[in-house]
Amino acid sequence: MPKERRGIEVSLAVAEAVGQADCDVIAAYPITPQTHIVEHLAEMVADGHLDAEFVPVESEHSAMSVCCGAAAVGARTFTSTSSQGLALMAEIFFIASAMRLPVVMALANRSLSAPLSIWNDHTDTMMVRDGGWIHVFVENGQEAYDHVFWAFRVAEDPAVRLPVAINIDGFILTHMIEPIEFEDDELIKRYIPEYKLENALHPEKPVSMGCFGMPEIYTETQMAREKALVGSYVTCLKAWEEWAALTGRRYHPVETYRAEDAEYCIVTMGSLGETAMVAVDELREQGEKVGAIKIRLWRPFPFEDLYRAAEGKAALIVLDRAISFGGPGGPVALEVRSAMYRRPQAPAVVNYVAGLASRDVRVEDFKAIILGGKAKAAAGDTAGFTLYGVRE
Amino acid sequence: MEEIRWQDLEIGATVSDPGSSREYKTGSWRSLRPVVDKEQCIRCGVCWLFCPDAAIERSVEGHFQADLEYCKGCGICARECPVGCISMEIEEG
Repeated sequence: MPKERRGIEVSLAVAEAVGQADCDVIAAYPITPQTHIVEHLAEMVADGHLDAEFVPVESEHSAMSVCCGAAAVGARTFTSTSSQGLALMAEIFFIASAMRLPVVMALANRSLSAPLSIWNDHTDTMMVRDGGWIHVFVENGQEAYDHVFWAFRVAEDPAVRLPVAINIDGFILTHMIEPIEFEDDELIKRYIPEYKLENALHPEKPVSMGCFGMPEIYTETQMAREKALVGSYVTCLKAWEEWAALTGRRYHPVETYRAEDAEYCIVTMGSLGETAMVAVDELREQGEKVGAIKIRLWRPFPFEDLYRAAEGKAALIVLDRAISFGGPGGPVALEVRSAMYRRPQAPAVVNYVAGLASRDVRVEDFKAIILGGKAKAAAGDTAGFTLYGVRE
Repeated sequence: MEEIRWQDLEIGATVSDPGSSREYKTGSWRSLRPVVDKEQCIRCGVCWLFCPDAAIERSVEGHFQADLEYCKGCGICARECPVGCISMEIEEG
């Protein structure tokens, strides 16, 4: 594929990227709103445009199992899921990272049942937050396309060897038609060279993976897992830098917008970051010293980047798209609060939960949230969370 | 096993040495051990048949006895033995 700019549905662009990455094995079960990604991949394989095995499994549990088996023999492996599908594959999701298998997943974020909802929020991904995967959130179609390559590049790096989930807001991104800059195949080949897995399953040199571990060794295996995930941060940065050098598109673990001199900032993850920026612009016109912070890398959590972004701010207003039921709020705010705790001159952290199951969060809503958050912070009302827009 | 540090593990705790499971002794959590009264034993092999861990081995004389490096002390052999020749005794130390 030559370098070109094309209007295309984001799901299809993601599938095209998987094809350009020369993926060997794709195992997936179709589930809304991820369906178009795997449908297009199935088509690409059936039409002979992609030389890969497409395994049409009978469930997501099997999809992740197949991916683990394929990754274990050294095949470049991709899957995609959403919501209940992710819940069904949760068992193997944790195993993939424990066994350090570099599976790449496009996670089209969608709410979990009940009530049955096919729309977007972050409750599904937060369910597996502690699953040991690298998690990245993209904001638009171009980022979704770019991060397929980035994910393979990071996952397969011998220093990392961990699965990567690319969080893509369901429908809001997956079903949009956007102009996307496609890179040419040669560039992709340079960026993600052929994949060689050390200690892969092979009859000539047998190894065992996923063995039984006694209490005497389990703790050490988990420490190794933690160190690997934290250590992957360096490779994440390097892979973004290399991508920037090749394409001019630069990404960071934490990104800011008009935040330099801001007194308070709205913190988001995923596609809502773009609306937040518009709200920031409008509030700036009204004289409010406001900025936006976007967390792109969710795991490993970019503590230092967040500290730098938050330095000197009076308040961070964190917008979550999931609830930690019975807890102190949304998962992002929880982590931001925890990260900021006892930092010198730490900003106040106010938490709003909004946009559940794709309920609109418009520019006006952002403005209300930012101003409401500012008032709460000034009043010292920073405990718990506010479920924005709920009818009472 | 206590001496293995996290840094010593293969990536993903992969076992890179085939056939090494024999060296992996798994009987350490046992609190009771099966003791066979060889006088009473009729060498029927029911204990061997029922052992969920394949920890019971047959001796040259035909008696069946648990390999304590793998036996978890579940007591199924003692319960199933038709002549009641296996007793479960508390592990000391």
